[in-house]
Amino acid sequence: MSGNRLAVHSINGPVVTLQGPSGLQMQERVYVGEKRLTGEVISVSQEQTTIQVYEGTTGMRTGEPVEGTGGPLCALLGPGILTNIFDGIQRPLGEIAKDSGAFLPAGSQVANLDLERRWQVTLAVKPGDRVAGGQVFATCPETAVVEHRAMVPPGLSGQIVSVQPDGDYRIQDTLAVLRDSQGREHPLTLCQQWPIRVPRPVAGRLPICRPLVTGQRVIDTLFPIAKGGTAAIPGGFGTGKTMTQHQLAKWSDADIIVYIGCGERGNEMTQVLQEFGELTDPKTGRSLMERTVLIANTSNMPVAAREASIYTGVTLAEYYRDMGYHIAIMADSTSRWAEALREISGRLEEMPAEEGFPAYLPSRISAFYERAGYMQTLSGREGSVTIIGAVSPQGADFSEPVTQNTKRFVRCFWALDKSLAYARHYPAINWNTSYSEYLDDLAPWYRQQISPDFMASRQRVSNLLQEENKLMEIVRLIGSDVLPDDQKLVLEAARIIRVGLLQQNAYHRDDTYVPLPKQYRMMEVILAFYDRARRLVAQGVPLSEILETGLSERIIKIKYEVPNDRLELLDGYLQEIQEKLAALERQP
Amino acid sequence: MLQLIGLHEINGPLAVLDQVPQASFEEMVELKLDTGETRYGRIVQMEGDRAVIQVFEGTRGMSLENTRTTLLGHPMEIPLSPEILGRTFSGSGQPIDGLGPVFAAQSADINGQPMNPVRRVYPRNYINTGISSIDGLATLIRGQKLPIFSGSGMSHNKVAVQIARQAKLTGPDADNFVIVFAAMGVTNDVAGYFRRSFEESGVMEKVVMYQNLSNDPIIERILTPRCALTAAEYLAFTLGMHVLVIMTDITSYCEALREFSSSKGEIPGRKGFPGYLYSDLASLYERAGIIEGCPGSVTQMPILTMPNDDITHPVPDLTGYITEGQIVLDRGLDQKGIYPPVSVLPSLSRLMKDGIGQGYTRADHADCSNQLFAACAKVQDARALASVIGEEELGETDKKYLFFGRMFEEQFLSQRPNEDRTIEETLDLGWALLSLLPREELDRVDDKVLEKFYRPQAAAQRFHD
Repeated sequence: MSGNRLAVHSINGPVVTLQGPSGLQMQERVYVGEKRLTGEVISVSQEQTTIQVYEGTTGMRTGEPVEGTGGPLCALLGPGILTNIFDGIQRPLGEIAKDSGAFLPAGSQVANLDLERRWQVTLAVKPGDRVAGGQVFATCPETAVVEHRAMVPPGLSGQIVSVQPDGDYRIQDTLAVLRDSQGREHPLTLCQQWPIRVPRPVAGRLPICRPLVTGQRVIDTLFPIAKGGTAAIPGGFGTGKTMTQHQLAKWSDADIIVYIGCGERGNEMTQVLQEFGELTDPKTGRSLMERTVLIANTSNMPVAAREASIYTGVTLAEYYRDMGYHIAIMADSTSRWAEALREISGRLEEMPAEEGFPAYLPSRISAFYERAGYMQTLSGREGSVTIIGAVSPQGADFSEPVTQNTKRFVRCFWALDKSLAYARHYPAINWNTSYSEYLDDLAPWYRQQISPDFMASRQRVSNLLQEENKLMEIVRLIGSDVLPDDQKLVLEAARIIRVGLLQQNAYHRDDTYVPLPKQYRMMEVILAFYDRARRLVAQGVPLSEILETGLSERIIKIKYEVPNDRLELLDGYLQEIQEKLAALERQP
Repeated sequence: MLQLIGLHEINGPLAVLDQVPQASFEEMVELKLDTGETRYGRIVQMEGDRAVIQVFEGTRGMSLENTRTTLLGHPMEIPLSPEILGRTFSGSGQPIDGLGPVFAAQSADINGQPMNPVRRVYPRNYINTGISSIDGLATLIRGQKLPIFSGSGMSHNKVAVQIARQAKLTGPDADNFVIVFAAMGVTNDVAGYFRRSFEESGVMEKVVMYQNLSNDPIIERILTPRCALTAAEYLAFTLGMHVLVIMTDITSYCEALREFSSSKGEIPGRKGFPGYLYSDLASLYERAGIIEGCPGSVTQMPILTMPNDDITHPVPDLTGYITEGQIVLDRGLDQKGIYPPVSVLPSLSRLMKDGIGQGYTRADHADCSNQLFAACAKVQDARALASVIGEEELGETDKKYLFFGRMFEEQFLSQRPNEDRTIEETLDLGWALLSLLPREELDRVDDKVLEKFYRPQAAAQRFHD
């Protein structure tokens, strides 16, 4: 670093420049102005250094000092992350509120994590042990459901020379001392720094083989996502992107949820805080907040921090993955992040590519989604990061650059549909345009864990919906009355699938989360009805007689009437179908 | 205070000043012309000792020599006190009703500061507007931002006036309710209409008006909503009132922003609007809400006209992504003479589910509205089919839907501009209409609820052909 005092030369919104050579590095974290606003160097030349500032620059003067830190923008990783709510550059919003009340001022200086809180630490190494980066040397209960595993920072290895006894420690207290091969000693603490734009190292990628079970039928059954996978949820406004993400954050079987509210509404973050605090996790019986961390950079918070929030979130997720946990990231919405890129790019007067977005948009999107994966960690554990990103296409037009580029890099695409949302069919995931490329990877798991027939049944359900789609084209032209009974039966079966299986009520106690065995049994009942009814129709029984049995409505209401823990009730439905339809059988 | 003589450059609403010592970003400046006229501006860009100033009143008559500039040392602020109720201000916060300046109890930066999500309170209680389509199907919640998407020539102004006149709270703070009205780029006629309507209905002393007419400078238009929201925040969070902010027309605001952006030479995004339009709109809309420990609330009802009735135009599109729902007016309904012409299917209130039901409106509200939405979707299908094969060829159920649809528009949507329906009337009317349909079609509702509200005979008598 140069000894010169650096000073602000020009100010344009969040972009600040310095004149002349500054000695600052690319992506170095800097403090800008009297208020010491956090910024990051985004370009350096002999003539000029450009800095993006993560906070509002109102009131700043030219000539105010700029100070380098010598290192990149880092996240502070350690216990205290879970249950917390941070802004885009990992400042705890709760602490800021204690300092400055209900509104967010520029230049708050608060520690990323609570430095004073004591954690009950159990050491896992003894003097003389040889340790390497990623190895767990101490543990402490972070929340009632998550054990925090403090790891040797990646890149460090050597021999432990001294260890503190088990006890209560703060995150910066030295717990052990490590001597590396050069004989240098490094204190090991509960926390470590990691640059947010650099993926944390792993031993290797493992093949994808387990689903992220979400309890949402249209996802688990039709378009499943794998642990370590990537998915995009595109949809116009009002189609339920946020609602879907909330449902996934609440019910998916990940160990930890990182929820990134990137450029979205403030009230939504409040809702997550409130609801997740009240809801209990079906697996652990504890509050959902105990496995959740929120990153909230709402749409009116500074735009540069919005760009950083995505990286902050994924870095926190990777840290927990390295401990051997399965993490799901909800990024709502990646379009707002892309717009932040566009906005900063515009201020830098870069040459725009499509629709004003910078030419590096696709590479940034792919780099983000590539941080997902099912990994072998440095300590030999298995962990995964699943990324589920909402996309808010302009004018609900999926051909816009963010949706198109995202589609190239994700393997699961849940397209939300306006007409379904208008008809209040939620989740409004369109079964004709959505897809999942994980079906083949996950088929063995479904066969072993749920039923050997699962994939076959799923395919039949999917075929019925396809067939309905084709028939609807005819119906739209001439009405359904002219169709022969067997085709009308297809329409009826597809209706049962749509209303009884795909439509799910997030506000119903049982229906908000449905375990896979029930999903499978529901499919089984619907298909049993269809098969039996089709035999009758083939025998010449009029469809109206079959409909008069009221079985369709009975099946549709299964989702409400069969509690998730009483699947044996479904046998009664199968029997009822057999009996009622057998009674219609024509005697030869 | 230091006065700088002359300017370096003038370009549209922007003036460039050289050799400015100690200016700060977004600082206010006062520009004195030789004619004695005083204008105000704001620093929008700084490079070295050069500052770019946005002149609120426009640069007409200014030359490089005849202007003397003073830096005021603070960002743009407006004076605030309880006296602002009943007053009318210009877009930049100057009193224009001839009643003299406001004696300021305090002043506040018009840009405000983002609300900390940790200190927000999730909005829960509703505002009764007396309009069935809004109360019943897209309920307005205290602390919500719920825009009206309209088109030129439709009756959005009439709807806004009706809401302003009829809106009321329930519960103990029912009287503690005021309206802040921001008019941006509206014509003289429209501004006059609002003023007259407020005066006639006797609510004027509970209204603060900020108005920027269509022939006023565009820079002032960019400030108008910010002044209005600053006043609203003061009334809500300092004085503890419940404030409804009505802003019209957001499309004019966005066009002013586009004009300003292009004069600064910025790279345009979609349809020439600046790339930061989303962030800019968010900085307005996100100022709605409730904060912990404050009795008041800021509710926003922005009104925008969709150019060419196109909901995918950037202005309604970005608005829809930020606001918590939308009320969409429909040209077809308007032409059929249905007032208010609310198009039910695309209208939505995201916060509705938590602010209705037992304790707020009525226990059956959610069931009733869900079923009405589902039924309206079916009506649309039936109409589409009828237009192809003719009404006569439709099945029995589809015919019932057509009849339901007609009655729904005539009885539920349609109401007089001074008709103030209670929530009970609205919901009862909804159930009566639903009773026109066969019971098995009502698949969104529990049997127990239907037991109580499904009355097919009564409905048949009430609505007959």
